[in-house]
Amino acid sequence: MTQLPAKTDRKLGLVIDLDTCVGCHACVISCKGWNTENYGAPLSDQDPYGAAPSGTFLNRVHSYEVQPLATSSKVQPPAQLIHFPKSCLHCEDAPCVTVCPTGASYKRAEDGIVLVNESDCIGCGLCAWACPYGAREKDEAEGVMKKCTLCVDRIYNENLEEIDRVPTCVRTCPSGARHFGDFADPDSHVSRLTAERGGIDLMPEMGTKPVNKYLPPRPKDALPEIDVLAPYLAPVDDSPGGFLGWLDKTLEKL
Amino acid sequence: MHPAPSVIIFTTFSGLGFGLLAWLGLGYPSVTGVSAFAFFTIAYVFAVGGLMASAFHLGRPERAMKAFTQWRTSWLSREAVVSVAALLVMGIYAIGTVFFDTALPLVGAFGAVLSLLTVFTTSMIYTQLKTVPRWHSPLTPVMFLALSIAGGALLAGEITAAVVLLALAGAVLLATWIHGDGAFARSGTTLATATGLGHIGTPRAFEPPHTGTNYLLREMVFVVGRKHGIKLRIIAFILAIILPVILLLIPFSHWLAGIAVFSHIAGVLVTRWLFFAQAEHVVGLYYGKR
Repeated sequence: MTQLPAKTDRKLGLVIDLDTCVGCHACVISCKGWNTENYGAPLSDQDPYGAAPSGTFLNRVHSYEVQPLATSSKVQPPAQLIHFPKSCLHCEDAPCVTVCPTGASYKRAEDGIVLVNESDCIGCGLCAWACPYGAREKDEAEGVMKKCTLCVDRIYNENLEEIDRVPTCVRTCPSGARHFGDFADPDSHVSRLTAERGGIDLMPEMGTKPVNKYLPPRPKDALPEIDVLAPYLAPVDDSPGGFLGWLDKTLEKL
Repeated sequence: MHPAPSVIIFTTFSGLGFGLLAWLGLGYPSVTGVSAFAFFTIAYVFAVGGLMASAFHLGRPERAMKAFTQWRTSWLSREAVVSVAALLVMGIYAIGTVFFDTALPLVGAFGAVLSLLTVFTTSMIYTQLKTVPRWHSPLTPVMFLALSIAGGALLAGEITAAVVLLALAGAVLLATWIHGDGAFARSGTTLATATGLGHIGTPRAFEPPHTGTNYLLREMVFVVGRKHGIKLRIIAFILAIILPVILLLIPFSHWLAGIAVFSHIAGVLVTRWLFFAQAEHVVGLYYGKR
């Protein structure tokens, strides 16, 4: 049913820390690895070893450069490079769900996960058009829409060790840049992180109310200027007097 | 947006077909027997042919029947339901005029309303998308309806009405283009809001997630041929509006009216190509593209 639930009991989602992500793409690979052999159709590749490879991914890492504005203390601040993982944000007001003509797309009332029932999907692609974040892709081999399931087949999977009952991108991230939890609980790990670090919504003007939050990069450390030779090179006298003073003035006049 | 031929053919021909059905339902022209059969055949070939073309861009066309279920929220589903209702109601009206020499005015009027409602639901599929600022405007349904009603008048042979309505549709088309050109900038969505990095400085896409292309870029970041936009707009406007109006204003002959119809269809096909090719989806920002 493509009507969105008025309220979900839990709001499961991710916090992505743009400060600690190192852009290694391990989450991309583990996501593809888990999801190509679990929930739904495999994530196909087209022409994988040919001249123009492309394929279905549920999580991709972009990189952005930001040039901070110059200030009086920092005339030429160095540019910052920010790695930017992006997957479905499991929006509270998910436009991809309401546009679906078949009822294949739905948002779960119990935990807020947005899913596609692949046996109902006709692959019209309208949900991908409606998503501002590029979180949905049509699998060219299967002809149905694929998206992040928040690893719904891991997080409740009692066959896995408890430590593994998180989305595979979170489990695999070597720098701890991805966090999984319930945003409906104000005391959860992810809620506290969002509050402490000022987590933000992507494209808030779209009115999608994304559940996933992004933690902005912290300001770059400004190290004090350390120069071990400076004490030896410091000028002995700023305004020399005596013979040196006379010499200085005379040379200036020449 | 990728200008898929199936969707261009679908919106153009179903728009014209349902436009003609609306005129026929209201009794313009008031025909029976063989000539009614000819008019309804053209209308149904256009309307049904257009709807069938739309099925070609589906990944799983064999499940298309499921698209009738979600009319509560989905404009695409509403379009499916309303279009079939329009075709059925107009079918009853057509059988009356063709085989029984009887026009059922109430059925025809209801069918005409459903036909125009079909065009409206088609346009709302695009209008509802906040992600494509050019389409997210009340002018989109006005443009679809104006072209459908004017094209319907042309096909119905209502010469005077067609001249006036084509001129009106031309004005709407120009307004859509002028308004649409600034829509992305007015939407306020930039790479800064997309990444939330605007507080540091001006972000720039440094490296895409991969060296190859993907579904998102193929489907929503279509830039080929956009540079010919102005030329194509002039060609489309001449073919869809100016040439048909001139041909209708000179003393009537079936040959000239036929050329006017073909010119109009060709022109509307070009406007629909532009409608998709010039539409920019906000997801392109993440790739540093529009």
